[in-house]
Amino acid sequence: MNTIAETRAKSLLYLEDVSVSFDGFKALNALSFVVEPGELRAIIGPNGAGKTTMMDIITGKTRPDTGKVLFEDTIDLTKKDEADIAQLGIGRKFQKPTVFESHTVWDNLELALNRDRGVFGTLFYRLTPEDKARIEEILNTVRLTHRAREYAANLSHGQKQWLEIGMLLAQEPKLLLVDEPVAGMTDAETVETAILLREIARTRSVVVVEHDMGFIRDLGVKVTCLAEGSVLAEGSIDFVSSDPKVIENYLGR
Amino acid sequence: MISGFIFRALEGKIIVAIAVLLGIAVLVPALNLMTAPDSALHIPTYVMSLFGKYLCYALLALALDLVWGYCGILSLGHGAFFALGGYAMGMYLMRQIGPRGVYGNPVLPDFMVFLNYKELPWFWYGMDWFVVAMAMVLLVPGLLAFVFGWFAFRSRVNGVYLSIITQAMTYALMLAFFRNDMGFGGNNGLTDFKDILGFQVQADGTRAVLFALSAVVLALCLLISSAIVRSKFGKVLVGVRDAESRVRFLGFRVENIKLFTFVVSAMMAGIAGALFVPQVGIINPGEFAPANSIEIVVWTAVGGRGTLIGPIIGAVLVNAGKSFFTGAFPEFWLYALGSLFIFVTRFLPRGIVGTVQHGFKARDAMRAAADAEKGRGDIGTVAQTVQAAE
Amino acid sequence: MQDNKLLRAFWLILILSFSVSAPCFAQSGADPKPLIDALAKADFSEAERLIGEIALTGDVRAVPALEAFSEGDLYVRKADGLVFIGKAGDDGLELIEPITGVSAGPAPKSALTKIKINNNLRRVISSAAGGLTLLSPDRSVRLSAANAVLSSPSAENLDLVETALAKETDPEVKARMTEARAVSVLSSDRSVDDKRDAIRTIKTIGGNDALSILSAVSGSIDASLKGDLDAALAALQSKQKLWDMAQNVWYGLSLGSVLLLAAIGLAITFGVMGIINMAHGEMVMLGAYSTFMVQDLIRDHAPGLFDWSLTIALPVAFLVTGAVGLVIERAVIRFLYGRPLETLLATWGVSLILQQTIRSIFGPTNQEVGNPSWMSGSFPVGGMTITWNRMWIIVFSLTIFFTLLVVMKKSAYGLSMRAVTQNRRMASSMGIRTPWVDALTFALGSGIAGIAGVALSQIDNVSPNLGQSYIIDSFMVVVFGGVGNLWGTLVGALSLGVLNKFLEPSVGAVLGKILVLVLIILFIQKRPRGLFALKGRAVEA
Repeated sequence: MNTIAETRAKSLLYLEDVSVSFDGFKALNALSFVVEPGELRAIIGPNGAGKTTMMDIITGKTRPDTGKVLFEDTIDLTKKDEADIAQLGIGRKFQKPTVFESHTVWDNLELALNRDRGVFGTLFYRLTPEDKARIEEILNTVRLTHRAREYAANLSHGQKQWLEIGMLLAQEPKLLLVDEPVAGMTDAETVETAILLREIARTRSVVVVEHDMGFIRDLGVKVTCLAEGSVLAEGSIDFVSSDPKVIENYLGR
Repeated sequence: MISGFIFRALEGKIIVAIAVLLGIAVLVPALNLMTAPDSALHIPTYVMSLFGKYLCYALLALALDLVWGYCGILSLGHGAFFALGGYAMGMYLMRQIGPRGVYGNPVLPDFMVFLNYKELPWFWYGMDWFVVAMAMVLLVPGLLAFVFGWFAFRSRVNGVYLSIITQAMTYALMLAFFRNDMGFGGNNGLTDFKDILGFQVQADGTRAVLFALSAVVLALCLLISSAIVRSKFGKVLVGVRDAESRVRFLGFRVENIKLFTFVVSAMMAGIAGALFVPQVGIINPGEFAPANSIEIVVWTAVGGRGTLIGPIIGAVLVNAGKSFFTGAFPEFWLYALGSLFIFVTRFLPRGIVGTVQHGFKARDAMRAAADAEKGRGDIGTVAQTVQAAE
Repeated sequence: MQDNKLLRAFWLILILSFSVSAPCFAQSGADPKPLIDALAKADFSEAERLIGEIALTGDVRAVPALEAFSEGDLYVRKADGLVFIGKAGDDGLELIEPITGVSAGPAPKSALTKIKINNNLRRVISSAAGGLTLLSPDRSVRLSAANAVLSSPSAENLDLVETALAKETDPEVKARMTEARAVSVLSSDRSVDDKRDAIRTIKTIGGNDALSILSAVSGSIDASLKGDLDAALAALQSKQKLWDMAQNVWYGLSLGSVLLLAAIGLAITFGVMGIINMAHGEMVMLGAYSTFMVQDLIRDHAPGLFDWSLTIALPVAFLVTGAVGLVIERAVIRFLYGRPLETLLATWGVSLILQQTIRSIFGPTNQEVGNPSWMSGSFPVGGMTITWNRMWIIVFSLTIFFTLLVVMKKSAYGLSMRAVTQNRRMASSMGIRTPWVDALTFALGSGIAGIAGVALSQIDNVSPNLGQSYIIDSFMVVVFGGVGNLWGTLVGALSLGVLNKFLEPSVGAVLGKILVLVLIILFIQKRPRGLFALKGRAVEA
C-alpha cells in the first residue's frame, strides 16, 4: 500500500474529502478519488450519486464546500474557473452532445485547437499548415473526414458525440472527462466508441462516466462506483459488480 | 468546393453592399447639389437628410447585430450608447454656437444661462475641440459599455436578465438626462446648432457631406464587422451564442469575448449617434427611452440578425415605413409596428436576409450530403476550400 | 367635487342634530332671552358685554341668534322692541324667535330695525358661539367645538372651557377639552404654575400640532417657563423624527404594495412560465380602463352603487384582462415557449397594439376615475397621517398575494401548473393538458395584472401610457426578488419601495429612483438569480 503522500505526488488528479451540498441536499459527501497519469477509469453509479457534480467540481463549474481538488499534485483547481482549468489541460464532454451546430465540423475542430485563445489572438488567427494537418488527423481519428465541410447540426447523434470527443482531442488535454459517451448510440457505434476511447487513453488519462455495463466491460478498466456522493467500491469490473453494496445500490438484485 | 462557394458568396455580398454604400455616398449628394431643383433627378435636401438619418439607424442596427446576432446578447440598451454619442456631438455643436445664442454668452450655452449656471461644468471643458469631442463619441459609450459589461459578463448575467438590466440602464440614464442639474439641457436637450467645423449645419453642402460621411462610415463599420465575424474570433462569438458552456470548457474567456464585442458595438452605436445629431439638429433625453432601444431590435430582427447586411436593410425599410405611415396614417403606425414585431418573431425568425440565406444553405447542405454519399469528399479539397475562404 | 358633497353632508348632519336637540334641553344657567332683547338698545361696547354674558349662560339655544347677529340677520321689531332673527321671505322678512326657533310670521322691512354689527363683534361672537357649543348635548358637536378651540385658542374662552370641562363625562371629549384648556391657558394671564402644567398637557398631545402650538407661544412666554418649553419642544421634536421615519416606512410600504401589485402577475408569467411579457403593463392599463368603464356605467344608470364600483370592477377587470391574456397566449405566445427573448419582442408588439387601440377608443388624455367614499380621506395614527386609499391598496395587494400563494400551493390547478413548469413532458404524460395549463396560467397572470389596474386607477392617472410607467419597475422587482419565487416578489417589492422612499428626502425623487436602479443592476451582478434564488444543479443546467 502506498502512503497518501506518495499517491498524491504520483497522481494527475487528486480529490480528497470533497463535499458539496445544494440547499441541504448533499450531492458529494467526503468523496476521495485519484486518477493517475495515463489511466483510463470508468465511473458508474445510480442517478444522483454525484457523478456529474464531481465533474462540475473538477472543471470549475461548481465550488466544493470543503475538500481538496488538486491537478498534478500542485495546482488547486478550486481556485480556478472553467477557462483556466481547460487551459491547464482538462477537457470535458457533456452528457448531451454539445457542439457548435451552426459551424462546420472543420470549424468546430479549429475552434477547439489548443492555440492562443485571447481576443486578439483569435481575431488575427490564420490557419497554419501544422494546424491544418492536426485537424485532418483528428478528423481521421473520430471518423468524420468525409463530413468535414458539413454543418455540425446535420450530423447524426453518434457523430456529434464523436465530434465532441474530437474537439476535446484538439484541446490536447492531459485529462479527459467523458460523461455518458454512448448514450443513445447504436450497438455498432458503442463498440467503436470503446475502441476510440482506448486509443485516446494511450496518450492521456480518461475518466468515463457511463451507465452501459456492456460498454464498461468492453473498456476493460478499473471501475469506481459512486453512491450518495461517495465511493462505494473500486476495482475491476468483476470485483465491483460482485460487491454486495454495489448490487444493492446500483445493479439491483 | 461548395462551402467555399458559400463563403465567397458571402464575401461577395459584403463587397456589393460596400460598393452600393459608397455609390450612394457619391451619387445622392451629387444629385442634391449638382442638379437644378426642378430637375427630375434632383434629390431635395430634406430627403437626403432623411436618408442620412436612416443610414445612422442602419449603423446602430449593425452595432446591435454584432452583439445580438453573433454573440447572443440581446441588449435593450443600445439606444443609450447611441444617445451618448449624440450628446458628445451635441456638446461640440453647442460650444460652436459661441456668442450667437439668444443670451449672447460667449462661453455658456443658452440653457446654462437660463438655469443660472455661473461657469461651464467640468465635463464640458474641451468639448469645443472637434478632436476631443470625437474622442468622446467613442470613449463615453465605450467606457459605459466596458464598465457595465465588465460587471455583467464577469458575474455571468445573461439571457433575459441581461436584457432587463440593459433596459434598466438606459431607463436610468433617461431619468438622469431629464434632470436640469445634470448639465445637459434637461428635457429640451441640445439644439439650435449653428456650425460644424466652421461650416453651417443647415447648409446644403454641409448636409451633403454629412450624408456622404454617414454612408462611408457605415461601409467602413460593415467592413470591420465582417472582418470580425469571419475571423476565428467571430466563430468563437457564434460559439458563445449557441453553446456558451462549450466555449468556456474549451478554455476561452467568454467574459472577455463578450466584453470586447459589447464595447466595439457600443462605440459603433456612439458613432451612429454622432452622425445622427447634426443631421436632425437636436438630441434630447427621449433618445434614451427604452422603447427606442427595443425598436432597434425589431429593425435588426426584420432584416435578419446574424447576417450583417440584414440589419442595414431592416433599419432602412422599417424607418422608411415609419416615415410613410406617420405621414399618411399616423393612427396606424403603432399597429403596423406592433404587428411587425409579432409577425417577425412568429413567422420570420431569421429575418429577410436570413431566410434567403438559409434557403441557399439548405440547398447546399443537401448537395453536400449527396456528395458525401458518393464518397467524393476528401480532406484535401476541404482544407483548400476553407483556406481559400479565409 | 366628491369631497365638497361629503363636507356639505357632514355640516348638514351637524346643524340638524344641533337644532333638533337644542329646544328640549333645559339649561340651568340664566335665561339668555332678556340678554338678547337687551341687544336692541346696546351700542358696540355694551353689545360685547352682553354677548359675553350670553356665553356665560351656557345656553346652547342662544347660538342661532348669535350667528344671525354675526350675519347681520338680527332685527328689532319697532312695535314692541323685541329682537328676532329675520330671514329674507317672499315679501319682507320671515321672523323667527331667537331662543325657541319658533316662526313669528312675516313682517315688512319697514317694521324692523337691523341691529348693527362690526368686525370686532363678529370675532367676539364667533368665540362665544364656539364656547357655547362646548356645552352642546350632542357629543360630536362638543368634540368638534373642542377641536375648534384647540386649533384657535383664545384666553376669553378659558372660563367657558373650564365650565364645560367640569361637566364633561365622555372621556374622549374630556381629553380633547383638557388639551383645549391647556392651549388656552398658555395665552391667558394665568399663573406660571398653571402654564407649566399646560405645557406638560400639550406635550402629551404630541405630533406637529403640539409642536406648532408650543413654538407659536415661545416668543411671548414668561422667561421662567422658557426652560420647560424648550425641553418640551426638544422631546416633541425627537419623537416627531421617529414618527417621520414611521411615515417614511409607511410611504415606502405603500409604494412597495403598488410595485407588488404591478409585479405579481409578472412573477407568474415571467417567474413561473419564463415568458417576458412586455404587454404586462398594458394588462394593468386595461384593468384601469375596465374600472373607468364600470364607473361610467354606474354613473349613468345606478349612481347609488358608486361606492361599490371598485368591488364590481374587480371581477370585470379580471375577466377582461384574463380573456385578453388568453387570446394573446393562444395567438402568439404558445408558439414561442422556450424562447424568452422572442416572447419579449412579440409581446412588445402586442403592447404597442393595445396602447394604440385604447388611444383610438378613449383618446390619449387621462380618464377620470373616482374614489368611492371609503377610499378617500385620511386618519391620523400618532404623529403620522394615513390615507385610506393607500391603506386599502396595501391591504388589497397583500390579499391578492396570499390568495395567489394559496392557489399555487394548495389547489389542483396550482399543482398541475407547478408540475408543468418543472417537467413539461412528464406532466403531459401523466395526463395534464399542458397547453391548457399554459394558457390558463398566462390568463391568470394577466387577470391579476387587471385587478392591479383597478387598484392603481385609484392613485394614478388612467391613460394609455399607464402600463409603460410600471413595466420596468415590475421587472426590476421580479428580478431583484428572485425569479420563480413569489415570496421573493413580496420582499423585493416592499424593500424596493421602502428604499426608494428613504432615498427620496435626501436626494430627490428622480435621483432616488436612478440610485435604486443602479443598486439593482449592481445587485444582480452579485446575485444573478435574485434575492431568493433557487440553488442546485437543476437550475444551472
